[in-house]
Amino acid sequence: MATDKKIKGLVPSGFGLNCDKETKHSLELAGIATDKVHLTDLYNKNVKLADYHILTLIGGFDHGDELGAGVVWANNFKDYLRDDLLKFIEDGKLIIGICNGFQAIVKMGVLPGIDKNYNNRTMSVTYNDCGNFRDQWVTLKINPDSNCVFTKGIEYIDLPIRHGEGKVETIDKETRERLKKENLIVMQYCLWQTKEIANGSFPDNPNGSLDDIAGICDPTGRIFGLMPHPEAYNSFTNHPLWTRQKYELEKQEKKPDSEGLGIKIFRNAAKYFE
Amino acid sequence: MTDFSRLEIALKRGLFDANGEGVKNKAFGYFGIEYNSVKSVRVLTFDSGLEDSVKKAFQERVTDPVTEVSSFSPLVQKDDFDYILWVGWHPGVKDNTGEVAIDLLSQISDKKTNIYSSDYYIFRGGNLKKEDIEKIGDKLLANPIVQTFKVYLKEEWDNNNGIGANLQKVRIKHRPTYSSIPASQLTNEDIERISVERETFLNPRDIPTIVNFFKNENIIEKRKEFGLEGPTDVELESICQARSDHCNHNTFNGKFYYTDKKTGKTTIINNLFKECIVEPTKKLAAERPWIKSILWDNAGVAALGNGLCYVVTGETHNSPSNLEGYGGAITGIVGVYRDIMGSGKGAFVVLGAYTFCVGDQDYSGPLDVPLHPKRLLDAVIEGVKDGGNKSGNPTMFGNVQFEPESMGKSLVFVYPLGIIPEEVLGKPSYEKHIDPGNLIIMSGGRVGKDGMHGVTAASASLDETIPAGHVQIGDPYTQKKMQDFLIEARDQGLIKFITDNGGGGLSSSVGESSRFNYDQNATERRDGAEVYLDKVPLKYHGLDPWEIFVSESQERMTIGIEPNNLDRFMELSKKHDVESTVIGKFTNSGALHLRYEGETCAYLPSELLEEQFPQWEFNAEWVEPEERGLYEPKLKLEYHNELFKRLLQQPNIASKEWVSRQYDHEVQGAKVIGPLVGIENDIDSDAIVLRSDLKSDIGIAITQILNPKYSKIDAREMVASAIDEAVRGVLIVGGDINHLTGIDNFCWPSIEKGKPNAEHKAAQLVRANWALKEFCLEYGIPLLSGKDSMYCDGTFLNKETEKKETISGLETMQFSIQSKVNDVNNCITSDAKEAGNLVYLIGTTKNELGGSEFYKMLGETGLNVPKTDAKKNLEIYKKFVEARDKGYCVSTKNIRAGGLGVHLFKMAAGGNLGIEIDLNNVRIDESFDNTDYIEQRILASESTGRIAIEVKEENREEFESVMGEYASCIGKFTKNNFVVKDLNNNPIINEDIYKLKKLWKTTHGNR
Repeated sequence: MATDKKIKGLVPSGFGLNCDKETKHSLELAGIATDKVHLTDLYNKNVKLADYHILTLIGGFDHGDELGAGVVWANNFKDYLRDDLLKFIEDGKLIIGICNGFQAIVKMGVLPGIDKNYNNRTMSVTYNDCGNFRDQWVTLKINPDSNCVFTKGIEYIDLPIRHGEGKVETIDKETRERLKKENLIVMQYCLWQTKEIANGSFPDNPNGSLDDIAGICDPTGRIFGLMPHPEAYNSFTNHPLWTRQKYELEKQEKKPDSEGLGIKIFRNAAKYFE
Repeated sequence: MTDFSRLEIALKRGLFDANGEGVKNKAFGYFGIEYNSVKSVRVLTFDSGLEDSVKKAFQERVTDPVTEVSSFSPLVQKDDFDYILWVGWHPGVKDNTGEVAIDLLSQISDKKTNIYSSDYYIFRGGNLKKEDIEKIGDKLLANPIVQTFKVYLKEEWDNNNGIGANLQKVRIKHRPTYSSIPASQLTNEDIERISVERETFLNPRDIPTIVNFFKNENIIEKRKEFGLEGPTDVELESICQARSDHCNHNTFNGKFYYTDKKTGKTTIINNLFKECIVEPTKKLAAERPWIKSILWDNAGVAALGNGLCYVVTGETHNSPSNLEGYGGAITGIVGVYRDIMGSGKGAFVVLGAYTFCVGDQDYSGPLDVPLHPKRLLDAVIEGVKDGGNKSGNPTMFGNVQFEPESMGKSLVFVYPLGIIPEEVLGKPSYEKHIDPGNLIIMSGGRVGKDGMHGVTAASASLDETIPAGHVQIGDPYTQKKMQDFLIEARDQGLIKFITDNGGGGLSSSVGESSRFNYDQNATERRDGAEVYLDKVPLKYHGLDPWEIFVSESQERMTIGIEPNNLDRFMELSKKHDVESTVIGKFTNSGALHLRYEGETCAYLPSELLEEQFPQWEFNAEWVEPEERGLYEPKLKLEYHNELFKRLLQQPNIASKEWVSRQYDHEVQGAKVIGPLVGIENDIDSDAIVLRSDLKSDIGIAITQILNPKYSKIDAREMVASAIDEAVRGVLIVGGDINHLTGIDNFCWPSIEKGKPNAEHKAAQLVRANWALKEFCLEYGIPLLSGKDSMYCDGTFLNKETEKKETISGLETMQFSIQSKVNDVNNCITSDAKEAGNLVYLIGTTKNELGGSEFYKMLGETGLNVPKTDAKKNLEIYKKFVEARDKGYCVSTKNIRAGGLGVHLFKMAAGGNLGIEIDLNNVRIDESFDNTDYIEQRILASESTGRIAIEVKEENREEFESVMGEYASCIGKFTKNNFVVKDLNNNPIINEDIYKLKKLWKTTHGNR
């Protein structure tokens, strides 16, 4: 566990990643001291992964998503950081992979990490069934039985998705069953009106993801990967319905909290080290 | 070992192949071709054999064991298909996938080889003929300009060899060189010939100036020192680029003789640009200290008061997009982002926007257009999608307009906004300069033959003689890395000067920056540059020096740095995986001096480009619309309900959610109001708002308006209405009325003598510019930047008559507006919030349906085009802003194209609510006296100056006391139907809101 009192977060940048600004801002809102580190500096070991407590694998288009989303990123991590990453996991630290970062961490074989095997590719994130890149806010139901560190105390959350490859597939039925049985499924797409599980219905499930999976974690709950973007809900005014929410609150003579609900996910991460 | 290797990758059987399915749907949608299934296979072809261990390692790296299969031998056997269609790039076309594959290979092997990416499609079932597959190849999957395709028949298939090598290798056996013409023998015809041969479209008026320059004794002497006598091809190419209309705005800087045919009076406008754009902007900027930079840099800069400035411009990329929709559009959006990256000492892009004007989507007439409007629209949407999304910038606003006239040349507008701190290391960020001795660095992509003559081709109307070779594919990945690099370099104080390489390539960027210190009156010269063309990194060998200098290969910046910063600059560049090369230095020689392998191949003194070239001249004749035969139609209308439903389904009115969903609106996390609003997040917003910084409540509101249809009657009102609607658009979401800035983007058909109706189109241009000046001054909008794109016509073969026909685009100006938002937490959206709330309308509705969507639906143009009274409107808007800032406006809606009915529908539909409107309470004027179908006219009129507002009952009095006579309560929101009552209080429209919403979404659907 953390020796330094201050919780330190790492946000990578470069090679086409593009959510560095808002992810850093989100971690800082949650009280995490955060460095933006160019991937080259990480690969060259100019910056040491071991100096951090929370690793974010952020959204973007690493290497332009050429050869498949997250493919080159996953290869580079394997080539340059395999041991450091395993040590990071072993040390009980936290990893969150968002969108492109989720695609990469899955393609590294780290997630879902069934039986704590972090070098096994049993699932993938592939092309949306709708055949296109899609930007949309989705309503997500959090699995109450999941031990994911990041989603504690959250029942439902609205977040934006924006991807062309977000459909989760497993290598076989057994993996699919184990994801369910072992509560590795952290969040699922649900119908925005009734908040029931979407059951594959478009557009509430925007990509045709298996079992409406939007996010999963490893058995320890410390490694979390998701397609939706919590960092893009950093402010109350990010939500597409915020003017309506504000109107309703004002009727009750309340004022909205300026922070976006996505920050809860990062606050949970900070809290874990308390 | 064989001389090539080929890896094929496909989705595993049983997985849904969305790519293949997309092809299937389009083949049916475009041509009615049906078949059972199509599967897509990705191909990487290596230009050499590979060892088995390398093959295995590479295969493992690029194949997903969960979803994919791959093989170095064919994935398809003879019995598996009916036809195979292979699609690859032409040699030399930017192959982003291939480049990343080369990168990946270098991690596992020392083997140096080129890798080319391509795809093939496996067709099965149906009654497919070879011609069908060829059609899919030719018209759907491969654009002949950048791609090639091959059809494989079952009978010919070799199970071991598959598609074969198909290497898209560039083979140039040419030895680079340059040539020259002796000055003494130089004639006008020589230059004309070069202009024609190289298709540089030099204006004949400019030629004598160039010839005389090279015959000038002083110049001859000076050039002799460097072994030059007559002009070289490098010099002539460079001059042609510099003199193109695109770079010089020869039309806007032209002299116009404007004759009003009614009065016979002729007015002379000495310089349209100076009189209508520069002068008013300078005047307005002088009164606004927050305007930081205008009229000289790649983009304009305005300060927000929180230590940050926004940087903004607007571009069009019409010509390339008409030949290759995807390449043209992606290069357009990625290119315009570089304008931001190259403004001041370099800004960070935070937003993009787009507008597409295309022809009739169901066109089935006889004209042989290079790309069908439907295919063209799909392609430009995709180009902006990849360009915007992969650049990591939110594409937050957009517009799609359908007009038959756009088939002549479709319009692709791209718009960027950037943020820059007011100061970098204690110095103003928006200023830059060069000192002699500074190094010239080219950063980013490499130079190839692509993009040759892009600027000059944009300066000519589309016809069959234009070589299509100038189209290219943008690479947002390379550029994104460069953007990150440049910001870090800027913040470390390493960048002294920066500009982008766009039209004209190095010839423009170095040419312009070398003259940056040019001062005709200075005693000592501080301008000039020396460039070593052989140092410029190339994609492949064989480029002549002139090609290197004018190539428009993308993703490149030209940067000036102090020599002592070189090491730090290069180190940082390497970290960011960006290629940077010193290609020369700035001097004080007063000339642009180019060398190739030690020899001088160009020596162009600055005087040449400062030389007074003859001004272009145009005759303009204005004939009043009535005299041109326009009239107000007699209406034969019944069934308001049905007409209203039809109006909602018109292509320009109907939902275009399908487009904006493909764009990332959220990246960078600063969105406050996005392109879609409402309870179901499916109603287009009148404007968007983003935070200037994640830690700041100060934001920027933006909207873009264009009303080309009004130009059929009068281009003056086309411009006036766009400005008025734009002002309203940003005020209703929360913009500061005292901080407005504009961008003008003109797209105009040819106005040169001899072109169809040229004098009328020239008169329209004069009137449009007069309106621009008048309304910008009235509303207080300095123009931060702008662009003119002329020659928006197309000449096509009519397949029935075998004759050529010209289609001219409508005279168009898109107006983009930026406004400061002082506190984003008070922004307002257009979706109705609660049943029981009141609906107010401000402004006056007039009998102004000329050019309206309603008349268009009925096949009419009309005469009564909406006229804008800026003084009156501004008075009303000030009152509105007062009411808004007191918190009385729960939702607000801009009333524009389509009229009151359409926009009240959008307001109600945004809240899934009904509405009850009493037309008796709509404020109208005497223009309705003696007209027929007054109710329908009120609903469909497109009068400017109007805003609909939702107000809570409890605020009725306060709101009315602020607004006075300017606002009238016209109804309320309900939980029931969408109801409009006529002047006798009978409901003429009464329809379920969900039903209306569904209809509104049917036209374009999810295509």
